[in-house]
Parts: sequence; C-alpha cells; structure tokens
Amino acid sequence: MNIAAQLPVIVLVLPLLSAFAVTLVSLFNKKLAWPLTVLTMTATFLATTGTLCSVIHNGAIRYRVANWAPPFGIELVIDHLSALVAVVISIVALLVAIFAKETIQKDIPNRVGQFYTLFILCTVGLLGETLTGDAFNLYVLIEITSLTSYALLAFGGSRAYFSTFNYLILGTIGACLYLLGVGYLYIKTGSLNMIDIATLIPALSGSSAIFTAFILILVGLWIKMAFFPFHGWLPNAYTHATSTVSAFAAPLMTKVTVYMSIRLMYFVFGPDYAFSQFTGPVNIVWLAVIAILVGSYYALVQTDIKRMLTYIIIAEVGYMVGGMWLGNAIGLTGTIYHIAADAIMTACLFLALGSIAYKLGSTKISDMAGIFKKMPVTFCAFLVGAAGMIGIPPTAGFFSKWFLISGGIQAGQWAFVVALLVSSLVNAILFFRIIEVGFFGADDEDEHDAVVVQRNEAPLSMLLPTVTAAALVILLGLSTSKVTSLLIENIVGSLF
Amino acid sequence: MNLIIAKFNYVLYIVLMMMGLWAMIAKSNLIKKVVGLGIFQTAIILFYISISVKKGANIPIIHHHVDPNHAADAAHMVIDAAKYANPLPHVLMLTAIVVGVATLGLALTIIQHIYQEHHTIEEDEILEQLNQ
Amino acid sequence: MKKLAAVMVMITGLCLIAGVGDFPNWGDPNSPANSYLSTYYLTNAISDTAVPNIVTAILADYRGYDTMFETVVVFVAGLGILFLLRGTKKKLGDHPTAFPSSSIVRTACRIMIPMMQLFALYVVAHGHHSPGGGFQGGVILGASVILLAISEGLSDGLKRITLKNTIKWSAIGVLIYSGIGTFSMLLGGNFLDYSAWAPILPATDAVMARSHGMLGVEIGVALTVMTVMFSIYADLASHGQMDEGL
Repeated sequence: MNIAAQLPVIVLVLPLLSAFAVTLVSLFNKKLAWPLTVLTMTATFLATTGTLCSVIHNGAIRYRVANWAPPFGIELVIDHLSALVAVVISIVALLVAIFAKETIQKDIPNRVGQFYTLFILCTVGLLGETLTGDAFNLYVLIEITSLTSYALLAFGGSRAYFSTFNYLILGTIGACLYLLGVGYLYIKTGSLNMIDIATLIPALSGSSAIFTAFILILVGLWIKMAFFPFHGWLPNAYTHATSTVSAFAAPLMTKVTVYMSIRLMYFVFGPDYAFSQFTGPVNIVWLAVIAILVGSYYALVQTDIKRMLTYIIIAEVGYMVGGMWLGNAIGLTGTIYHIAADAIMTACLFLALGSIAYKLGSTKISDMAGIFKKMPVTFCAFLVGAAGMIGIPPTAGFFSKWFLISGGIQAGQWAFVVALLVSSLVNAILFFRIIEVGFFGADDEDEHDAVVVQRNEAPLSMLLPTVTAAALVILLGLSTSKVTSLLIENIVGSLF
Repeated sequence: MNLIIAKFNYVLYIVLMMMGLWAMIAKSNLIKKVVGLGIFQTAIILFYISISVKKGANIPIIHHHVDPNHAADAAHMVIDAAKYANPLPHVLMLTAIVVGVATLGLALTIIQHIYQEHHTIEEDEILEQLNQ
Repeated sequence: MKKLAAVMVMITGLCLIAGVGDFPNWGDPNSPANSYLSTYYLTNAISDTAVPNIVTAILADYRGYDTMFETVVVFVAGLGILFLLRGTKKKLGDHPTAFPSSSIVRTACRIMIPMMQLFALYVVAHGHHSPGGGFQGGVILGASVILLAISEGLSDGLKRITLKNTIKWSAIGVLIYSGIGTFSMLLGGNFLDYSAWAPILPATDAVMARSHGMLGVEIGVALTVMTVMFSIYADLASHGQMDEGL
C-alpha cells in the first residue's frame, strides 16, 4: 500500500474504523473509550496535516474511490481550501475530545462509549463534507453530521429536547432543499460530479431550472448554517446542549456549511454565474448586513454568556456570507481566513466557558464575579478568545476583519463595512462587561469577610485544550501571511 | 398547457411537497409535523424516481444468457440502453429512504422525551410552559 | 401564523413551478439525466462488474462510497436512539408490562417467521440478479425479529437478540463494509476497489472479484440494518426501559 497516495482517504477511514472499535471496546471496558478517542483524533490530525503538506507541495489531489474514473465513480477532491478546513476540523475535534473526559464521565457514566462513537462519526461526517467532490455524496455526509448532532445536542437535558426538535425539522428541510437542488442540477446536466457539473453549467446559464437549483442549494445551506432569516433554531439548540457538545458544534457546524456554500457557489456554479444572477437591488450582502446587525443586537440583550455567544455566531455567519458575496478576491480571502479563525476563536470561548460552567455550574454574567481570582488561566484564555472576537491585533480575528473590511471598501459596500465596525464595537461592549465583572466584581460576602478567594482551576484535561485553543488564536494571527500566501491565494487566484 | 400534460409528474411532486411543508410549518401537533416531514421527503423521492422513467423501457436488470464457463462473453454483449430505465436515481433514492427512516426514528425519540417533560405534544402548550 | 405559513408555502411552490418549465418531458429517453451517466452504466456495468442488476452494481460498486455512509446513517440512527432513550429513568405514562399472549397469533407467527427469514436471506444473496440486496433483505430480517417480539413479547425477543448484541452486530456490519474497503487498500488498490481482491480469491479475475466484493458488503449492510431495525423497535416501543411495551 502506498501511504502517500492513499492519505486523502485515510483521513476518513481511520476515524470511521475506530468509531466502531470504540463501540465494540466500550461494551467490555468503558474506561478505554476516551483514550481511544483521543488517540484517533490525534492520528486524524496527523493525517490531515500530512494531506495539507502534500497539497502545498504537489498541488490539488483527486482521489478515485473504488478506482472508477469520474464522473462515473465518486472522487475526493483535496485542494488548498478543503485541506485547510480539514485541518481546522481535526484540530477542534482533538481539543474537544480531550476536553470531554470529565464532563462526560460526570454526566453519563454508563453511556460513554455511545457518546464517543457519535462524536467521532460526527467528525467523520464533517471531514467527509470537506473532502468530497460529489454533489450527492455531500448530501449523505450532511445527513450523517446532522443525525449525530441531533442525538448529541438532544441529551443536554429537559429544555434541549424541544430546541433540538425544532433544529431537526428545520435541518431536515434544509438538507431536503439541498437534495432537491442537486436533483434539478442532475436533470439538466445528467451528472453528479462537481467538477463535471461545473464544465456543463456555462452552456446552460439561461436555464430557469439551473437558477432554481442555485436558489434551492443556497437556501438549503443557509438554513443549515443559520444565516438570517433562517437563524431561529441555533441559539436554543446550542444554549441548551451540554458544554462539550456546544464546544464541538458551535465552532464547526456553521463554518463547514459556509465552506460547502463556497465550494458549490464558486466551484460548481462558478463566480461568473453566481454574480450574473444577482445584480442591482437584489443583493445578498444586504442580507448579510441585516444578519450581522440582528445577531449583534440580540447578543447585546442577553444575560447568559453561552446564549450571547450563540448570537455572536449568527453575526459571524453574516460576516462570512457577506465576504463571499462581495465579489472580489480580498473579500473571499477574508471569508476563507475567517472560517479557520472563527472556528478556533469560538472553540476557545466555548471551551473556556465550559470549564467555568464545570466549576461554577452557571454561565450567567452576574455569576462571573471574581472569576479572575478563582480561575485565572481559564479566564485569560477566555480573554484571548474575546480579543479575537473584538478584533484586537495580533489575534486571528483582527486579520479576518481587516480582509473583510478592505474587501467591503473595494466593492463599495459601505453598509457592510459599517456593520462590521458596529459588530466589533458591540463585541467590545459585551466582552468588557464580562471582564469588568470578572476582574472587579467581587462577591458581597468576600468583601465583608475579606477572605482571599482560593484558586480553583478546572482539571488539566479541560485546561490543556482551552489554553491550546487560546494559543492557536494568537498563533494563527501571527502566521496570517503564511496562511494566505501558501493556501488562500492559490484558491482565490484561480477564481478572480 | 405543455407544463401540465407533458410534465405532470413535476407538478404533482410539488403539490405533494407543499402539503408536507404546510404540515411542518402550520400544524402545532409535533407528530403531525413529523408526518409532514415524511410527506416532504417522499415528494423528493417521487421527483427523483420520475426522472428515471423512459417511455417503453424495462427495469434495469440486463437480460443475459451467458454460459457460466464463458463468463468473458458478457464483455462482448451488445446492450441497448434505451431498453432499460435509468438506474442512477433509484440508487440515490435508496439512500434518501434510509436517511428518512433514521430522521423519523430520531424525531420520534425526541418527541417521547418532550412528552415526558411537558406531558403534551402540542407546540403552543409547550411554548407556554417554557415561557413561564 | 397560519397565514404566514400559507404565504411561505405558496412562494416556495411558485419558485419550484418556475423551474419546471425548463425540464425535459416526462419519460423522455434523450434527456441529459437519462442519457449521460445512465447510458454508461447500462452498457458497461455488466462487463465491468459481472452483475446484471445495474442498480446493485451502482449501489455497491460505482457509488459504494455513498452506500458505506448510508450504512453509517443506519448505524447512527440505531445508536443515537439508544443513546437518547437509555438514560431515561421516568416512565412514559402507563404501558402494559405483562404481555397478553394468544396461541393463535403465536402459532401463526411461528410458521411465518422462518419463511420470512429464509426469503430475506434469498433477497440478500440474490441481489446481483434480481431486485434485492442488503438493505431490502436486512429490513425483512429485522421485520421477522420484530414480529417475534410482537407475538412472544419483547422480553422474549430480547432473550434471542440482546441489546448488547444489537449494538455489537450493527457495528460489526458496518465494520465488514469498511473493512472490505480498507483491505482492498492494503492489497494495493484504492479504497473500496474490490478488484484488488482478485489475487487472493480462488479462480477469480478482477471483474468477478468486484462481484464477490459486492456480495460481501451486502452481507455487512444486511447485518446492520437487521439489528438496527430491531433495536429501534425495542427502544421506541418500551421507551428505553426494555420491559414490555405496546
């Protein structure tokens, strides 16, 4: 076996096989489930990194599954974009896998094996979505991710069931619209392979069926990524889930869906087709502006940090959709960079918040009094993530905002620029409110008794991923020029 | 007119699909929503299967009388593709059916839990309880 | 709310109708969907894979990667439902825990169940030549076990296939599928390229190896589908309590 040639599929097969191994092993010994999961995720991370290196050195890879030539068989397409997203997924999955140990052991001691199996399969689904080059295969993988995430989100407790049910209904509508869009493409082109469809579409650019397919696919993915006005399901579903699950779902689900819409819009329909359909007053960027403003407004009125973060996610989705519809290279660069940056920043915030919730049992802003003295390391990690969300250099969040704003100025979309600045300002207000309570707001009893608050950090298995995520936020910011020159320019350069 | 006569299958699937969508959005009973979900997915299956129809074609199983000792003969058979229906949508819809079963099962599980929490499966009553 | 829903449904419906005008007519043999990929499969599948049922050939070979994930979907459904329902401690209303038994039903089922299982095995094994395959056969097998649980009581059904075994065998079923794919990788082919098995199977060329590989994955699919169907029934019928239900 030639490992280098098979690497793209090993990225998927390795976690897939070990998911079943985790099921079987945990039937006999539940204690082995967690180490096996962490081992799997580490190996997957190494495999995705290897794939990324191979793509950087040798260019895009097209892998034929079952050795059938496309478009007759299914192929995996690993270019700079999908390799980048795959690495981001495997990093976040590894961090959350390590983080999961204590909370899962505490919450569901007798269902540990099932939890980790679903967790690994969800990661497989996300990785598969990034690597596949087949429009229908993408639907199957969307459903794997969705079904595992319904099961994982629903076990958060009494309120989680109803919010997950709403997510299930809307998520299924979204996936079905996508499937229908693929059907419309298939009926006009006769093909399911993305690259093949891309070569057939220019000849059909006047067709109303292709236009309907475009709308169906876009709307389907918008529902899945919680883009305004389809964002209603997200805040409840992510707030009521347990901290481990929301630390996994919040950074990855929406971001990977944004990746999918870039893949379909730019690589299947092509930028020429996409931008020729929406000219004049009908402009998706305006929808993104509303998404950013709505997300920021609702974030401002929340009293619960976790709920606040979920509304920030909605605003961030607005950033990314707006960036990809600006129609210039720098806007798309900003969107792609923001997929990576936002995934790691959101992971950092949710992991830190999960550690705090594990110790305090609450995520309300009013309960954060004196948190800096109790959990200094965790709170510092939270601050790094917050700095990223506000866009303070040298965190990754600064650079993505920089690209998006420059793109907005270049495209003359001033409303988008203003919305981005407003959103940064709102984020600053939000996080400074928490910082104020965390640093200075001491508990009343502490003031009276003048007792020195004991340090009470979360266990190492939670601290380590949180601090790593915080370090990555800064590291990604510092290596921005490398990421753009090695990876993003390759993709964007081929489109504009 | 051509729309209705020559393409009636597409019109029918849209009507069916909108029935499902209506049930999902407008009904407040959670089980009815799930029924709507089923209708919605079935409409898409109908759409795909109706793509695969060819007038005068048979099921896509090749008639062959190959001597088992000369399996290589199969390679030299001449097959008239117009005689067989399009097999690809059938394969795709097998996947969609399986996904439909899985979604239905999970939805019913979650409804059981909701009933246990709220002792009702009417959406408006659940929302009332949640807002208290 | 209802008015808003009506407007939304109307708008969606009109959008979809607008796309229809551009479609080829119903049953048009020359439409792109019916000619491009489809013609290739119909004319080449039998010489590529030696399987006359083209649907099976596409399902398990050309698009075998899809079908593997489809089996994973089945597995995820079974595991997810088990995961959500096993944790419940409270009971869902009153359901009978003692099972009423009728000798007429029991005797009828006792005759039917072996027939069903025999037919299911035929459907699994004969999927290459007639309509059938792993999913269809697996569902019939699952239905036969569910019939057993209905006629003899859930506890009796669970004595024959315990919950632990449903998890184990559903995982093993998908493992057979992905294992066959991985093993073809170890033999030097691509993932799921069954023709790589030809050197180690007796009297088999690359084409027949694909045919045999498909049979292998169909068996894996049937195992998973059967166990998951029973596990979903057992979970939902008794609300995860695994006493009697319904």
